[in-house]
Amino acid sequence: MLFNAGRIGEVIEASTTEFVAQSYELHQAPPFGSFVRTSDGVVDIYGVVYLARTSGIDPGRRPLARGKDELTEEDVYRNNPELSELLRTEFTSATIGFRSEGAVSQFLPPRPPRIHGFVFACSPDEVVRFTDRLDFLQTIITSGVRGPVDELIAACVRCAAQARNGDRTFLVSAGKELATLLGSEVSRLNGILRRIRV
Amino acid sequence: MKGEGRVLGLVTSGSLSDGLEVRLDGSASVEDMAVGRYVVAQGNRLKFFGMITDVQLGASSAQIALSPPDISDPFIAEVISGTSTFGTLKVTPMLTLPYDATAAMGPLPVKTVPSHFSPVTEACEEDVQSVFGYEDAQHFYIGQPLDMDTRVCLNLPRLVERSSGVFGKSGTGKTFLTRLLLIGLVQKGAAVNLVFDMHNEYGFKGSAEGNTKEVKGLRPLFQSRVAIFTLDEQSSRARGFNADFVVEIGYDQVEPQDIAMLQEALGLSDAAVESVHRLGRVYGDDKWLQSFLSVGYGPEMDALAKDLGLNPSTLQVIRRKLDTRLVPLGFLKPRVMDNSVERMLDCLDRGVNVVLEFGRHSKLDAYILVANVLTRRIHERYVEKKEKWMGGKGAEPRPLVITIEEAHKFLNPKVAELTIFGTIAREMRKYNVTLLVVDQRPSSIADEIMSQIGTRITCLLDDEKDISAVLSGVPGSEKLRNVLAKLDSKQQALILGHAVPMPVVIRTRDYGSPESYRDLQASEGSRIREESIKELEDLFER
Repeated sequence: MLFNAGRIGEVIEASTTEFVAQSYELHQAPPFGSFVRTSDGVVDIYGVVYLARTSGIDPGRRPLARGKDELTEEDVYRNNPELSELLRTEFTSATIGFRSEGAVSQFLPPRPPRIHGFVFACSPDEVVRFTDRLDFLQTIITSGVRGPVDELIAACVRCAAQARNGDRTFLVSAGKELATLLGSEVSRLNGILRRIRV
Repeated sequence: MKGEGRVLGLVTSGSLSDGLEVRLDGSASVEDMAVGRYVVAQGNRLKFFGMITDVQLGASSAQIALSPPDISDPFIAEVISGTSTFGTLKVTPMLTLPYDATAAMGPLPVKTVPSHFSPVTEACEEDVQSVFGYEDAQHFYIGQPLDMDTRVCLNLPRLVERSSGVFGKSGTGKTFLTRLLLIGLVQKGAAVNLVFDMHNEYGFKGSAEGNTKEVKGLRPLFQSRVAIFTLDEQSSRARGFNADFVVEIGYDQVEPQDIAMLQEALGLSDAAVESVHRLGRVYGDDKWLQSFLSVGYGPEMDALAKDLGLNPSTLQVIRRKLDTRLVPLGFLKPRVMDNSVERMLDCLDRGVNVVLEFGRHSKLDAYILVANVLTRRIHERYVEKKEKWMGGKGAEPRPLVITIEEAHKFLNPKVAELTIFGTIAREMRKYNVTLLVVDQRPSSIADEIMSQIGTRITCLLDDEKDISAVLSGVPGSEKLRNVLAKLDSKQQALILGHAVPMPVVIRTRDYGSPESYRDLQASEGSRIREESIKELEDLFER
């Protein structure tokens, strides 16, 4: 299984700027802001997870509450084994760059990932290699992701720092990059900095 | 600090007239910057050598001032510094240097600015050295730039080519600097000096500012190359020294224009000065004082006044002033045997430097009178010698530097026209005579004279008028104003003008320690050795 180490899901919807993947395990979406990798068959495509959701497989039917008579939450699943088939966890990642022939580019890839492309969680080493430059921060800021983009930036910087064992120098340079990018948006910058400070 | 200095930031904007704006890197703290420090902008083809003239705080947006980030958090403070908030330096480019240190072309005055985003580094020792030269037979090491250990050297032949000035508030080290300059001039033999030493600071020994320690004067350092003249033999003896000559001035040597110089000091009216000139015209410039002093008060004076068509009470006032202020001066004699001026000129002719000590005659009237009387004659002699030389007879007179303290008394707009010092400052460059004026009120010196002062060495000044006066006629002076007003009150000076390629702030070199004497004497010894070797060579060639 080494070949598939870190494989966590499969692309079920893809566009140039983002891709949606279904997690193989229910409730096991990768953390918010973490780095994932998939492929379009030619290049490896990197994304950061910004939205995860778990819902019923039939959009017309909401799950029902089933635990009234159960002692624990685990009992709910144990006594209703079909649940894991009726529910699914999906996560959406913003595309932030790609790797072609070993060279990392921090801008959008030429093509979106393929449907059913495998999605892998990036290892710390891979994260360190990919975040060697900080241009991806601008890609995120301008990506137009739905949702709290500032939270995403902060989470993603924290995640990259964690891959470096919380390296303060990295955090400072990421902070400086953000300060340059956000220029006049002082309160926004302050908010992000407070979320990533060490 | 060898090789390239630390990068401070990037040139972001600027102009040749207004200077460069340099945005500081986050890693360089504004608090480490200082006006007056040297930086080098690394252009594409040339290095631009300049001076920091202002330090400012900048922000990428006005918003940040309204909602300051939480800089109590060291992380946020570190991120913000150099990005959202940054320091900016105003740098005045002064010279351009080639990258190739071996290029024949030395530093040139700046004629353009470096391109956008040229990196700006601290100036390294090699840069400073290539600008200010090395100490040699013509360059005298006067001090170090701020925060550096390199030497700033003055080009002495250029220094003596035009008049120069040492300015500064009292107690900022003018005398100390002047002494150093004189030592430099004597040591390198760039010029022969005549020093009017009002407070007995330059001859045998002087006091060091700030403590009671005494420092050596010119005599102990240079022995026979310095002659000490005194107006007050007793004072010299009392201080334990024997002056070489005692100067006496005869009544016949005091001319009406000398009294005109003293107008302010003696409190004479314009009418009184006019009357003195009238007396001079009637009796002759050399006899008027003797004659006038022999006239008694009362009817005799009235008769004289009537004869000359002058106001008797004015004459009485003049007489009273002369009697109470001039006649009591010990060195002023009705008749003198020994011609002090001749002796002084002899010394100067032989290349012996002359320090004239005033002893206890440190009142301004004595100083002004003596300086004017002596200088006038020396000046006449120099003009004569130079003209002879130009006519092909005799040797060219050695460059002479006359040092005067309290210079504004001689060079203020009211008397500058009259005094010999005014003439020297204006036109004596051609006759190899220049002034070294030492003063604490440069604003009182006539503009016309000030503009003739080639090299200005100025310690701290805080009066606006004085600062303007010192900086008048200097390009980019507005920016130097900041530098000048922020000098330390001790051991720091701004040098600008003819003898340095660009304005420079220095910490004056150490003087007064045994090592410093040894240094100065060592180079003295080597110079004499060089000279004697040269003389021998000349001899054998013939």
